[in-house]
Amino acid sequence: MYEINVNGETRKADVDPGTPLLWVLRDTLGMTGTKYGCGIAQCGACTVMVDGTALRSCQFPIERVGGARITTIEAIEQDEVGRKVVEAWVEAQVPQCGYCQSGQVMAATALLKETPKPTDQDIADAMTNLCRCGTYNHIAAAVRQAAA
Amino acid sequence: MNDLSPLDMSLAAPLVPNEGVANLSRRRFLGGAAGALVLAVSLPAARVRAQAEGAGALAPKPGTRVPAFLEISPDGRVRMFSAFVEGGQGINTAMAQIVGEELDVNPARFEVECAPPSPDHALVNGLRMTGGSFSTRSSYDAMRRLGATARDMMIRTAAGRLKVQDSELTTEDGKVVHAASGRSIGYGELAAEALLLQPKQDVPLRDPASFRYIRKPVARLDVRDKSTGRAVYAIDQKVDGMLYAAVTHAPVFGTEPQALDNEPAVKAMPGVHSVHRLPGAVAVAADSWWRARKAVEALKVRWSEPLRDRLSAVSASFSSQEMLAALKAETAAGLPSETEGDADAAFATAAKVIEADYDAPYLAHAQLEPPSSLARFNADGTLDLWVPNQMPELFQAVAAKTAGLLPEQVKIHSPMLGGFFGRHFMYGPSNPFPQAILLAKATGKPVKVLWSREEEFLNDAVRPLSFSRFRAGLGPDGTPTAISVRTVGEGPIARWFGAIFKNPVDSSAVEGIVEKPYAIPNRKMEFLKVPHPVNIAFWRSVGHSMNDFFYESFLDEIAQAGDKDPYELRLALLKEKPRHLTLLKAVADLSGGWKRGPYDAEGGKRARGVAMASPFGSETATIAEVSIADGEAKVHRLWIAIDPGSIVNPAIVKAQVESAAALGLSSALFEQVVYKDGRRQAKNYDAYKILSREHMPEVHVAIVESGAPMGGIGEPGLPGVPPAVTNALAALTGQRIRSLPIANAKLSGA
Ligand code: FES
Ligand code: FES
Repeated sequence: MYEINVNGETRKADVDPGTPLLWVLRDTLGMTGTKYGCGIAQCGACTVMVDGTALRSCQFPIERVGGARITTIEAIEQDEVGRKVVEAWVEAQVPQCGYCQSGQVMAATALLKETPKPTDQDIADAMTNLCRCGTYNHIAAAVRQAAA
Repeated sequence: MNDLSPLDMSLAAPLVPNEGVANLSRRRFLGGAAGALVLAVSLPAARVRAQAEGAGALAPKPGTRVPAFLEISPDGRVRMFSAFVEGGQGINTAMAQIVGEELDVNPARFEVECAPPSPDHALVNGLRMTGGSFSTRSSYDAMRRLGATARDMMIRTAAGRLKVQDSELTTEDGKVVHAASGRSIGYGELAAEALLLQPKQDVPLRDPASFRYIRKPVARLDVRDKSTGRAVYAIDQKVDGMLYAAVTHAPVFGTEPQALDNEPAVKAMPGVHSVHRLPGAVAVAADSWWRARKAVEALKVRWSEPLRDRLSAVSASFSSQEMLAALKAETAAGLPSETEGDADAAFATAAKVIEADYDAPYLAHAQLEPPSSLARFNADGTLDLWVPNQMPELFQAVAAKTAGLLPEQVKIHSPMLGGFFGRHFMYGPSNPFPQAILLAKATGKPVKVLWSREEEFLNDAVRPLSFSRFRAGLGPDGTPTAISVRTVGEGPIARWFGAIFKNPVDSSAVEGIVEKPYAIPNRKMEFLKVPHPVNIAFWRSVGHSMNDFFYESFLDEIAQAGDKDPYELRLALLKEKPRHLTLLKAVADLSGGWKRGPYDAEGGKRARGVAMASPFGSETATIAEVSIADGEAKVHRLWIAIDPGSIVNPAIVKAQVESAAALGLSSALFEQVVYKDGRRQAKNYDAYKILSREHMPEVHVAIVESGAPMGGIGEPGLPGVPPAVTNALAALTGQRIRSLPIANAKLSGA
């Protein structure tokens, strides 16, 4: 049995040690806003914040979570920066299919928490999640707007 | 899918095979039965009943029964049951705009979902599907009329309540208003009574000059949910008591599981409920998907031997290279796909003749949501199925056969799609839902099957590998006088809709090569069908995805052979085509005036290429700007002018064109499904490279509304991109790319 801190609450999860945080969130805790895309830390659909840093949860086993604070997309609007990011996403009409966008919003929020005024290079370095719908330009515009 | 002409449903006689789906081997499922399965849907249940009961029992014309589409709640919110499924193309918003315009309700107050199977929604030439870039153009008139009819029902109901004449009433964003007395009633209060009225025929439509929502960049209805993780996809579905299932498919397509060497050990793994053999696959059901996956991957499976016959099945030595060589080596005559003038005579007298072979690889859809399906048998004998799909009625019919039920006993839920690009049509063994049904039956519990990304890359149905041989004759002034193209291969229409579309020349194999607008007087195009042993699919823009690359690249080769600028040559060949000419000039203007280059720019030399395409009822003209860095092609900017005739939402049109362009560029630069020794090589995004942010160019889109009949939007942005890029590379380096992806070529540097 593991106890982890998700969005400020202590949650219990009776899972095997190697279980990726992604599947604990989705299947054990029923928080399906965090998405599965590749399982090998390639696409970023599963991005969450761990102690404020963007992390691909599909490659983060539960036994390594310990006392870290996990923030998922479900709580994004409770975060001041996250709220700004969401507003910018809506304003720029970023999502198409939307499947990658939980991860994109998490990555953008983590970037802006760390670097409130990112350069284009900062954005390029931090926003590496895949989007099969090709919303990359809208994403960059929304990040710039959220930072403005 | 350009020519989805009206279908004669009465031809669609043979239905599903008697032995049922569960007993079919995977190979039979694909090979023999699948074509017939498709037909099951083309005769919707209501139509069958209507035929049995006589003409009087015919269901109402699709798109006319208001309550099948609209529900208005007391607070005035409109719930719309759309014929189409939303997968990123913005169709829910477009539907709300079209209906909202005529109904007189702000589209922002719509909630749109995909309707369950019903003949009311067969809006694409009597068929229901989300594909072929058909949704808006096929339903635009019907949905306007539906909105207007519903508005009229509101007015008539209000007239009765207010005891006034209909003609004294107007509407104002969700209310019926009696201006003379200042009274008004909200639609929400009227709806229950109003929607029961007999609809009037020929209610007048709004004057387009007064449109408030159509042709405006109305905000998409789903962006907030999709920006906050609240959008729900098939993969997110959950029901009480559900088991999770993971599968491993046969390593070589068409082989079957024979023995499981360690079944007891796997059954004893934590959380495992049961171990199953399925057609062409093995499965484990468990209390979590992670445990199911661990267990199924631990299974030691002995598979049957691959068939040996070379290209009629995937043999143990099958390779995409071998397949391409076979297409090239075919010598049999093809069937004419387009003939004009006398090409043979023109070639005989040509001052110059050039020839080139073009090919493009198998491609995966690689939509970001891995496919899943959830099946639940209910106590009353019905089946609920949550399934990503582009054709609810067809999925219902095949699900019913798989489950041994009647179609009306199967409730199809069509969740939002996490990208599709053609992925979610009926592809036999490439759909997970039959597995969910079989497992739910076997376990007696609801089962959600999810394919891992690896299983998806190995079992997705692929865009067919393609080959065409081009030949052109030029006159003494360098103008092309003749062109011939021989296309060898197979398209997805014949594979999946062959029993409906009987034309032996598969339009999905030759579109983009035939019906080009250029005035080359003598043309001889032919198609030779050579089926692929692998499962093939529709892939965003279908035949255009490779054929426009072939044709438009070769047209640049013609220009070069005739010593002409490729833009000028296109202008000359389009002299008699005002629509195309306008568009070509529009894209040149958008890019700041045509310049081919090479020219100096920041970071080194750049050059531009141009290409045109006529996909899905729309026209496009594309210019790409490229450079080469570290031996890799770098695309800086794309300019795309699109003429879809007329539009509904300019912001969505631009977003879709940009999205399609990104996919086109991705395919041009990187993508390929490679078979070696009977197996696919890439299992995940690390090996199947798709366009990432670092390769995304600036994209500039201009919409030209010529007023021609409305064309498609979801796919047309794609086909012009690969040839514009390779034409630009040729301008930069002199090197002609005739085989995609570009990553396979050694670029010679600027
Ligand atoms: S699912 Fe974790 S990075 Fe793709
Ligand atoms: S919006 Fe579809 S994958 Fe990004």
